Amino acid sequence: MNGSPLWEVFVRSRNGLAHSHVGSLHAPDATMALHNARDVYTRRGEGTSIWVVRSSDIHASNPDEKDALFEPALDKAFRQATYFELPDEVKNL
Amino acid sequence: MPDAYRKTLVRQISQHAHSEIIGMQPEGNWITRAPSLERKAILIAKVQDEAGHGLYLYSAAETLGTSREELVEQLLTNKAKYSTIFNYPTLTWADVGAIGWLVDSAAIMNQIPLARCSYGPYARAMTRICKEESFHMRQGFDIMLTLSRGTPEQKAMAQDALDRWWWPSLMMFGPPDTESVHSADSMRWKIKRFSNDELRQRFVDQTVPQADVLGLRMPDPDLHWNAGRGHYDFGQIDWDEFYRVVRGDGPCNHQRIQHRIAAHEDGAWVREAATAYARKHAAEAIAAA
Repeated sequence: MNGSPLWEVFVRSRNGLAHSHVGSLHAPDATMALHNARDVYTRRGEGTSIWVVRSSDIHASNPDEKDALFEPALDKAFRQATYFELPDEVKNL
Repeated sequence: MPDAYRKTLVRQISQHAHSEIIGMQPEGNWITRAPSLERKAILIAKVQDEAGHGLYLYSAAETLGTSREELVEQLLTNKAKYSTIFNYPTLTWADVGAIGWLVDSAAIMNQIPLARCSYGPYARAMTRICKEESFHMRQGFDIMLTLSRGTPEQKAMAQDALDRWWWPSLMMFGPPDTESVHSADSMRWKIKRFSNDELRQRFVDQTVPQADVLGLRMPDPDLHWNAGRGHYDFGQIDWDEFYRVVRGDGPCNHQRIQHRIAAHEDGAWVREAATAYARKHAAEAIAAA
């Protein structure tokens, strides 16, 4: 639609799962975005619930800062349970 | 992101989107004349899918920073290309079968590797599209099977459709590897994973046995199994015809774009009304708050 805002579409495929991003579309308002999302993204029973969020309302981390943000996690292997070696005879731990 | 990579992706994804949108026309031509209510419902669902595919792809192209308006504008002013296959006319009901069987199979052959390409939004759109194209391909084959097991006239109609759609379907894989302009970069950037000729050969190898099941013959006297290569050899493709259609001299190029422009202009009031409605309700929400 001419000049109408862009919306990101999230669909929850089944109860118990989280909504996942499936794509985007244009629509003048949230109600029409939901209607369009139903036609564009759930023609084959892909979902039980839809969220639409204006793309301009999403704030993303900067790809250039990827290392500064995420690199420190990699040298803390002790955060993973598998870091700790257990004697074979220990059970249920 | 390097500029040339971005530019290549925008070109390829938007051409792909335009193909889906223009691709609604040849089959849409038969919706009102489908031979049964069930066939009609199936065809409507298929054409609606093509619209959906166009929308997934336009969205993917927009993530690269080109607006929807620009993309649509390029199509309507003949600045953008779309697949040459959609510039051929659908003369009989059997053409709907041949398109589903051949054109959608060829599309899947092209698109499955794209589902693993280096650009995520394009790859994800492809995964979804390929799933839906499988329905398109089967419904097309089903039409061909029904016709080829029908009366002699129906079988002849199926053969005639195959005769007209076979060669243009082979052209869908693009020019031979020796002349393909964009291939080298696209391979290097992992947008493209297999060459045009490789995919074309796979399509031939896959489709010839299916024609045997239908009891139809391929319109190519040079087509035969080459045991040494383990592939079918096939005749020379008329690349002059391909380039003529690319340049705009196909049987339906003019008609397809004119129809698209008319649809876009006739739909302008819907877009305007939706915008006005959204504005009115936004104002009411503010007043009520």
